[in-house]
This record gives sequence, C-alpha cells and structure tokens, in this order.
Amino acid sequence: MSATTAHASSRRRFGALYVAEYRLRNMWKWRNSIVAFGIGNPVLFLASIGLGVGVLVDTASGGVDGVPYLVFLAPALLAAAAIQGGMDEVTFPTLAGFIWQRMFFAMRATSLTGGQIAVGVLLAAAVRVAFTTVAYWVVLWLFGAVDGASAVSLIVVSTFAGLCWAALMLAVAANATSDGDFLSVTWRLIIMPMFLFSGTFYPLSSLPIFLQWIGWISPLWHATQLGRWLSYGMPLPAWQIALSVAYLLAMGVVGLLLARRRFERRLTA
Amino acid sequence: MIHGRQLTKSYGDFVAVAGVDFHVERGEAFGILGPNGAGKSTTMRMLGATLKRTAGDLSILGRDPSTDGPVIRAYLGVVPQDDNLDTELTVAENLYTYGRYFGLPRAHLRARIDELLDFAQLTDKRDAKVEALSGGMKRRLTIARGLVNEPSILLLDEPTTGLDPQARHLLWDRLFRLKETGVTLVVTTHYMDEAEQLCDRLVVMDRGRIVAEGTPLDLIREHSSREVVEVRFGSDRNAEVATQLDGIGERHEVLPDRILVYSEAGEDDLQAIVARGFMPVTSLVRRASLEDVFLRLTGRSLADE
Repeated sequence: MSATTAHASSRRRFGALYVAEYRLRNMWKWRNSIVAFGIGNPVLFLASIGLGVGVLVDTASGGVDGVPYLVFLAPALLAAAAIQGGMDEVTFPTLAGFIWQRMFFAMRATSLTGGQIAVGVLLAAAVRVAFTTVAYWVVLWLFGAVDGASAVSLIVVSTFAGLCWAALMLAVAANATSDGDFLSVTWRLIIMPMFLFSGTFYPLSSLPIFLQWIGWISPLWHATQLGRWLSYGMPLPAWQIALSVAYLLAMGVVGLLLARRRFERRLTA
Repeated sequence: MIHGRQLTKSYGDFVAVAGVDFHVERGEAFGILGPNGAGKSTTMRMLGATLKRTAGDLSILGRDPSTDGPVIRAYLGVVPQDDNLDTELTVAENLYTYGRYFGLPRAHLRARIDELLDFAQLTDKRDAKVEALSGGMKRRLTIARGLVNEPSILLLDEPTTGLDPQARHLLWDRLFRLKETGVTLVVTTHYMDEAEQLCDRLVVMDRGRIVAEGTPLDLIREHSSREVVEVRFGSDRNAEVATQLDGIGERHEVLPDRILVYSEAGEDDLQAIVARGFMPVTSLVRRASLEDVFLRLTGRSLADE
C-alpha cells in the first residue's frame, strides 16, 4: 500500500469537507440558475412589492416604523432569502441522498460516517446561503433599501439565521420516507405561513394577538428583528437581541445534533 | 481477513441471519450462495461495516466493525446490488468524487482513474453521462469505483444479476484478473454457474443459516452424484413415471417440469429408463452442479426470482 492510500486517520477526520466538496461540485453544475435566481428573485420582489406596495404605503402613512417601506422591508427579504436558500440546499440533496438516487448509501460504503455526511451537506449549504445573501444585499443596496455601513453585520446575521434553519430542516428531511409528503407538508404548513406571518411585510404587532405566536417561533421573525435593528436602527431591547440570537443558535445546534444522529442511524439500519 | 462467529442479525422478530460461522482467507475468492431472501445481502452489509450485527462476533482485518467501521471501510471495496452511481455525473467524475470521499489526493486520483477506466474497459466512455451506459458498463463502473481506494477486500453483492451472458463473461474475466493481483473477493450470488466459475470456496445459505461449506467440487462430490439425467415426460406424467424408476441411478428427484436422476453413469441410466418403456419428451445427461447440491440440501430449487 502506498502513502496515498485511504488509510491515514488524518484523512478520515476531514470527511465532512469531502462531502461538502462533492456538494459544491454538484451545485456548480447549476451555477447559472443559482446566479439567475439569486439576482432575479430580489429584483422581482423589490420592483413589485418594495416599489409598488411601497409607494402606496409611503403616500398613505409616510412609511412604516418611521422609515420608507422599502427600507422596512429590506432586512426581512434578506433574511427570507437566506432561510429559503438554506432550506433548498439541505432538503433536496437529503431527499436525493436517501430516496431518489440514494447516493448517501454509496458514500456510506467509504470511510465516511453518517455524521460527516450530514455536516458536509450543511457546510455546502452554508456556502450557498452566504452567496445568496451577498447577492441579495447588493441588489437591495442598488435599490437604496440598505446602506453600506450595515453591510457586514446584516449579511452575517441573515446567513447565520439561514444556516440555523437549514440545520433543523436537515434533521427533518433526514426523517422523510416519502418525498411527496415531506415537500407538501413543509412548504404548505411551514414555509408559506412563516413567510406570511413573520412580520415580513408589516410589523408583527399589527396582526391579531392570536396569530402573533407564529412570528415568535419563526426564525424568520427573529432574523428580521435583528436585521431591522442593524439596518435602520429599529429600537430593540438588549434582552430581545440576546433572545433572538440564542433562539436561532439553539435551533442550529439542536438541528445539527439531531441530523447527525439521524443520518448515522438511517445509514446503518 | 474475515472471521465471523455466530454472526446474527434480526429485525424485531424476523431473523435475517441466524448465527453463521465462517472465515475468509487472504487472496481467496469466497462465495455466499443461496436463493433470494437467504440472508446473503444482510451478511454482506455486515461485512461491509455498514450494518450493525445483533449478536455474535465479527472481525474484519483484525478489527471490530461495530467500533472501527470507518477504518475498516477504508480497506474495503464495495459493489452493491443496485449500482447507486451518481447519474448526474460522468463516468470519470463518479470515480473522482468517490475517491475524494476517502480523502485521496486529487493528483493521485487523476492517475488512478486512468488505470481504473482501462481495467473496466470504459476509457472511451470517460466523459459519458452514467445514464447513457448499458447495464454491463454500469456494473463495471461500479466495480471500478469500488477499487478506487486499492482495497484489500472487494465485496460484490450479486455482481452479474440482470446482465446478459456476454456481459457476465466479461465481468468474470475482470474479477479473475483482480484475484490474480491478490485482492480477496467475497461474492454473493444465486447463480450456480457464477459460484462454480468464481469461487475457491463457498458457503451455501438458506433461511439465514449456513447449510454447507466447501470448494465447489467438494460440495458436488459430497452432496450429489457425478452426473445427472434430466428427463421430461410432460408435467402431468412426471410424478407417475417417477414411481416406476426404482433401481435406476442412486436416487431421483421430481420437479414440476422434469425428473432428475442422480447417476454415476448417466448414459447407461438413460437407456435403462427407455428400456422400461418410458420414452421421455426430452432428455439430457449432464455433469452435476451446485444447483443439484442446493436442491439436495434444501429440498428446493434455486429459482431465479
């Protein structure tokens, strides 16, 4: 056996990186649509809702929260894009890996562990989320919806939220046995309500109180609150800042732990 | 290389592998033969260190797969029953990504892929999408993929199931060459001819148990006669004729479509049957095979599906 064979323990330790490398190569094949979607999606949203609805809101009531509607909306759209991107890049590969093409079972025959496969999928999703968030931020900036001073903090917070949500969805997707059920349940019962009831398009406080709980448990609302505080200085008490960060972090940590365990078990059953 | 003792796997009440003992020596081609549902694939997955055993001992390359799975898998090549290649990637990309899972350096892999494509006779398909390959090509690619880490043991689960005869012979030829290079082969199959062609030694499994063990020749010698006469009288007459064949051959076996007469001198016994006034619709005298061994051991034929 030569020195280049697969037995060195130092090689096995970096298994998650090899999985991430594979996922990124796979994404690279879709680079045109990822870039087109990454830029087209914010342009469409900003033009239709930001500008269209924005004119209506701004002339009727002078904006929201003391700022033009577009500025109010921007942090929410950024967080939503990060969360959506993270979700895409963990759920589809996980369904493909376990159900459609079953490539996770091929990976599992190598020196990789189930946990490394889970972490690798998430790492690659992180790269995609960071890219999407940066592209989205640039479009927001061109529309004058954010200013350059908050660029780094806003991008970091949105990417962080997208990643924490992705970790949780990785664990959920790893439990899916039927792709049809999984997709229809998550999209109709989780993604759509989250997008509509998280204070994305108007402050959560304008919803009736019996619907506000959806916002409180929604990672999108927490990310949006942090984003508005960073972007235009929306007043946010320190305890709420801490709570939102802690909530997102807890979601990410619990999600990752569950996902690793579920991947390992499903691939050794 | 591999030692199993009372190896058991159960799922709830269902016992898929019920306490099997076996060992595989370095450089040999070891076969696990049996019908579908015998527990071959379950055994194979335990040997591949991707399925935890319920009870018993298993040692692969001196290590316990339940604690050292990733280390053991670094030395194994696995060719699963379903090809599970990445259909979105090309032939060469499949080998490259798989090698990267082991953490093999990129430059090393580029050279290795050329060797593997040559070995699998897929060099001219290097940049073809996997979807466009024939069944035999896919299987050769899966074998090449299993060799990317230069494994000490190659595990093949039903390697030629679903392939046409020409593709099977090509595959067997490749496996012979591998064996010559010192790779230990473990093969499951429900094809008798495959077991006879490939395996130095084999175990016959049925319903989760090992019912016989030995070289193909030993097994035939021990559990069958030298030759077998196959006679067909039509499905409604076979059973009736069989009752009147006493004294011809060592023993006989009635199947729905034919009678098998176990014999040391097939041609003589066939003439004896005709001499008693029974004229078969078709007849065949052949050398005994593992198929007969299996029939003898389990009382059932090794039907394909």
